[in-house]
Amino acid sequence: MTDASPTPTDAGPKKVTVATVWLDGCSGCHMSFLDIDERLIDLAQHIELVYSPIVDVKHPPAGTNLGLIEGAISNEEDAHKARMMREACGFLISLGDCAVTGNVPSMRNVFELGTVIDRAFRETADLQPQTPTVGVPPLLPKVMPVHEVVPVDLHLPGCPPPADAIYEVLSELIAGRTPDPLRLSRFGR
Amino acid sequence: MARQKVPPTQALTLTIDDQTVTAKPGQTVMDVASEHGIDIPHLCYLDGLSIWGACRLCVVEVEGQRRLFSACSTEVAEGMVVSTDSPRLRHYRKVIVEMLFAERNHICAVCVSNGHCELQAMAQRLGVDHIHIPYLNPQLSVDSSHDRFRLDHHRCIVCTRCVRVCAEVEGASTKGMAGRGIMARIINDLNEPWGDSQTCTSCGKCVHVCPTGALVEKGTAAAEMQKRRQFLPYLTVMRDNNHD
Ligand code: SF4
Ligand code: SF4
Repeated sequence: MTDASPTPTDAGPKKVTVATVWLDGCSGCHMSFLDIDERLIDLAQHIELVYSPIVDVKHPPAGTNLGLIEGAISNEEDAHKARMMREACGFLISLGDCAVTGNVPSMRNVFELGTVIDRAFRETADLQPQTPTVGVPPLLPKVMPVHEVVPVDLHLPGCPPPADAIYEVLSELIAGRTPDPLRLSRFGR
Repeated sequence: MARQKVPPTQALTLTIDDQTVTAKPGQTVMDVASEHGIDIPHLCYLDGLSIWGACRLCVVEVEGQRRLFSACSTEVAEGMVVSTDSPRLRHYRKVIVEMLFAERNHICAVCVSNGHCELQAMAQRLGVDHIHIPYLNPQLSVDSSHDRFRLDHHRCIVCTRCVRVCAEVEGASTKGMAGRGIMARIINDLNEPWGDSQTCTSCGKCVHVCPTGALVEKGTAAAEMQKRRQFLPYLTVMRDNNHD
């Protein structure tokens, strides 16, 4: 395990450890990550994926170098996972518009939470309208971008951010340089 | 033979971003800068419409003056030393754009203007990669009562381009403003549904000068609304010529 460091540079021959998490988003950002295509093989020489929806580990290990969060903070579990990522990762990236701005999930923010729940689970149900409470995390009153819950070191907007932008940001960080995320992406990209 | 009266030289010399430039009296800092290839960020300003000076994105520094000046509404003066870019200006401009995003509900990914929006492009240009200010998430209305056009207040930045083009170029004065500050809203006539307007000629000029997805043509899906604005300089030049 490498030490947490704000820039994952001093890894030397050691690989940069990376954690990714999927909160309130559509998984499109993770798909875009995979869209890096054959460059993934290149990237795999330099990084080790230690926690992710595609890695069967329950928590990001302490001292992870890089963390990427896809999705907005919409319920208590999202907030918990964002804090968990912040604690574990030396450098935290908001990946994609949902994480950066709240995006589509935040469209419910113009309504009271009760109204939203009634519309989704009661008004539209034919039989036994009820609000799910068992085994699901309670929704927060407002959907928030990640940086309203934990400090974020870099924002990569885009819906989803293009694979090229993700690749560039990761390879610049691995090389110890500061990437310019708006060179290849923007809100709504 | 009596000497002929020679009109005094009508040229001013000033400095913009270390470039020495000449200008005619009455020109604005914005005009002269753009003549010399300096693109000062702006949103409410649009060549061909009257000056509004509300968005404050075009603020510049003038040597010897503590306060900032909006380039679109400041006339040039002899010997003026203008700077259009500095850490302070960059900071203010970013905050302005962030406030515009925080004030309404801009969800670019599902917006008809995605990819053709001046606000979105300005955010990218100025390095606004997230919004520090908490979003207000106001509950606003969408007026779809017009046959061909839609007004979506969620995406309006209250630049008043639509108000000005409607009054100054089309001469209909359908569009107006109601409310102050963050309560300011674009209205049609005396705050009636657009479709009921007796004055609107359905010319669509407001739609095409609108910098965002607030005024759009109906039937457009996400990212499909491209504005066509070529008519504006053409119309204004033709009118100026007719007046001369
Ligand atoms: S109007 Fe522009 S900034 Fe607002 S949501 Fe649409 S594309 Fe984004
Ligand atoms: S509707 Fe468009 S043109 Fe009119 S004030 Fe709003 S953003 Fe500006």
